[in-house]
Amino acid sequence: MAQLLAVLIDGLIYSSWLFIIAVGLTLIYGVMKILNIAHGSLYALGAYSAASLAGYWINHGYPPMGSYAVMLVAAILVGLIAGPVIERGLLRFMYGKDEIVLVLVTYAVFLILEDFVKLAWGVDPYFIAQPYGLLGSFDVGDLTYPNYNLVLFGAAVLIGAVLAWVLTKTRQGKMLLAVIHDREMSGAMGINVGRVYFITFTVGAMLGALGGTLTAPMISVQPGIGAETIVLAFAVVVIGGLGSLPGAALAAILVGIVRSAAVHYRPELDLFSIYLVMAVVLIMRPKGLFSAQEARKI
Amino acid sequence: MNTHALKLLKPAFALLVAVLVTAPAVCSAQDKPIRIGLVTFLSGPASGPFGVPAKLAAEAIVDSLNAGKVPAPYATKGFGGTPLELVVIDEAGGATKQVAELRNLVERQDVDFVIGYIGSGDCLAVAPVAEELKKITILFDCGTPRVFEDASYKYVFRTRPHATMDAVAGAMYLLENRPAVKSLGGINQNYAWGQDSWADFTAVMAALKPELTITTSQMPKFGAGQYGPEISALLQSNSDVIHSSLWGGDLEAFMLQATPRNLFTRSQLILVAGEPYLHRLPGNIPDGTIIGARGPSGVYAQKSALNDWLRHIYKERAENYPNYPAYSVAQAFLGLKTAYEKAKSQGTPGTDEIIKAFEYETFDSPSGKVMMKLGKGHQAVTGTAYGTTRTVNGQIAVGNIKYYPVERVQPPEGIKSVDWIKAGMKPGKW
Repeated sequence: MAQLLAVLIDGLIYSSWLFIIAVGLTLIYGVMKILNIAHGSLYALGAYSAASLAGYWINHGYPPMGSYAVMLVAAILVGLIAGPVIERGLLRFMYGKDEIVLVLVTYAVFLILEDFVKLAWGVDPYFIAQPYGLLGSFDVGDLTYPNYNLVLFGAAVLIGAVLAWVLTKTRQGKMLLAVIHDREMSGAMGINVGRVYFITFTVGAMLGALGGTLTAPMISVQPGIGAETIVLAFAVVVIGGLGSLPGAALAAILVGIVRSAAVHYRPELDLFSIYLVMAVVLIMRPKGLFSAQEARKI
Repeated sequence: MNTHALKLLKPAFALLVAVLVTAPAVCSAQDKPIRIGLVTFLSGPASGPFGVPAKLAAEAIVDSLNAGKVPAPYATKGFGGTPLELVVIDEAGGATKQVAELRNLVERQDVDFVIGYIGSGDCLAVAPVAEELKKITILFDCGTPRVFEDASYKYVFRTRPHATMDAVAGAMYLLENRPAVKSLGGINQNYAWGQDSWADFTAVMAALKPELTITTSQMPKFGAGQYGPEISALLQSNSDVIHSSLWGGDLEAFMLQATPRNLFTRSQLILVAGEPYLHRLPGNIPDGTIIGARGPSGVYAQKSALNDWLRHIYKERAENYPNYPAYSVAQAFLGLKTAYEKAKSQGTPGTDEIIKAFEYETFDSPSGKVMMKLGKGHQAVTGTAYGTTRTVNGQIAVGNIKYYPVERVQPPEGIKSVDWIKAGMKPGKW
């Protein structure tokens, strides 16, 4: 029983992390139909910015609790700078081209940003471990978990809920859904599609960076973390059905729980578990769990 | 002209011709440096603690060799008077990329030798390619015993011991300090290094303490980054000891995540390759952790002129003293220099002559004596050391250091490591 509880808790914590790193990718694909490989770099930029800014904050004797706000500011800054630069500076010239061209373009951006990270921060890792243990811990049976895990869980739920609310309950969200459904018709009806794309990409970039900032206290921040992450994020997005928010949430939960169960009961299957989930889901539903209906155009 | 003058003129003319014929060759040989391809992690999880220290050490060593400032017996400038030049390549990117990079180094960059590879997977991948390219390649840091136990190479050498001694000495040290240990859990990376380390360690423990229980073996993928479920599984295993050969960013992330969860207040931790992190993770490597340096290197290197030299030249380039990957790279350069100069002293140092001189060579290093006595003279052996961490003034220090001689920790030639362990680890003759 204790082990089953551990599987569920570990699984949900891992799922939360997966959802946070994948949600920006899902949003951008859902609206813009761009498989944004540079999402991994945005995650890395968020992690590096958080490690640098929060590290500066703590090392200069400011209240450690303020480091969480600093991390949030780091994510917002990265999103506000990198998002518009990539979207306005490059992607807007590519709209209307084949999806594969956009994949290649974002891959090029990913490569450039990977080198930019090395240029700006060097190759030595950065540590910002304090926020991970600062909030104390809670016990479940004989297991101790840092409360920071609750922050991850809370952030995942909050992001999912806010996005769902914006998409379904607000005027802007309904405009977004219209653009998702038919870009040309939305434009004809007076929706400024360019602005919708700009805002979506910026928010997506901010979410990618937020994934990095929230992960930074748990890892050593170093070159290559973006490449590791983008693979996982893609797996979650594909399992959920490209562009589906509920799909990404369910996929993250599935992968998290299955991986956790593998680690606890059959550790030798850990490496394989995520691909097992992907294979089973794609055999049964080739377009993922929540694949969107596509309107046939005449 | 009288006959006396003619007698003098003939040898003088012959001498002049000889000088004119040989001078360009000598000048050319002196001017053209020996190009060495250095392959080490410059990015990715292993760059900070491993790759960059190795690169810094290699650059400092090459400068020192070229200036002729290395202590005896290495005082000759460069290799036999010829200066050295480095061509540095990033090891990040996986084995397939490294195979392509090795071909580039040899066929396009035209290097004379290759010194490189920290990752065991990379070593296993490039060794057959180096053989095909007929280029002397020195593996300087990777640990898997499989390189020379599962194959035989003419052009490939490894100047540091393989990982079996880490498991043997680690288990001996553990049992000498905690003889009552009853259960063992492990977390190791799911590739050659992690799998071999765990297999060797459990085999040694089974031989030395058969009643020991293996509780769990966690094998996360290389670069997993998140270890929540693994830490819970280790906590629930209630193991007396946790063995780990994690390294690079994986070890750092694991320690950052495991320490707040009190994993190490319940279990003794042994980190086979933990030495490079001593100055990087203060507060996150608990006191009492058993630490290995994969040889008597880094904090375990004993005082000698060569050790003082390496510490001095490294400290001039970096903020810290050298860790064990820096010692590994020093062994590679000094081993190759020894072989090159031995071959040169017997004539032209061609590839075959250097290989012949290298096989079964013994040479001094900052870590002590290195003997090329396994893998038909291509695989080095040394003794090793282990110690236990304690925090002093906010920094991690190592105490209770114990050295293990080569005959206690290395299988002799002709027997596979795992067979030697299962047969009771009978000391060989060295």
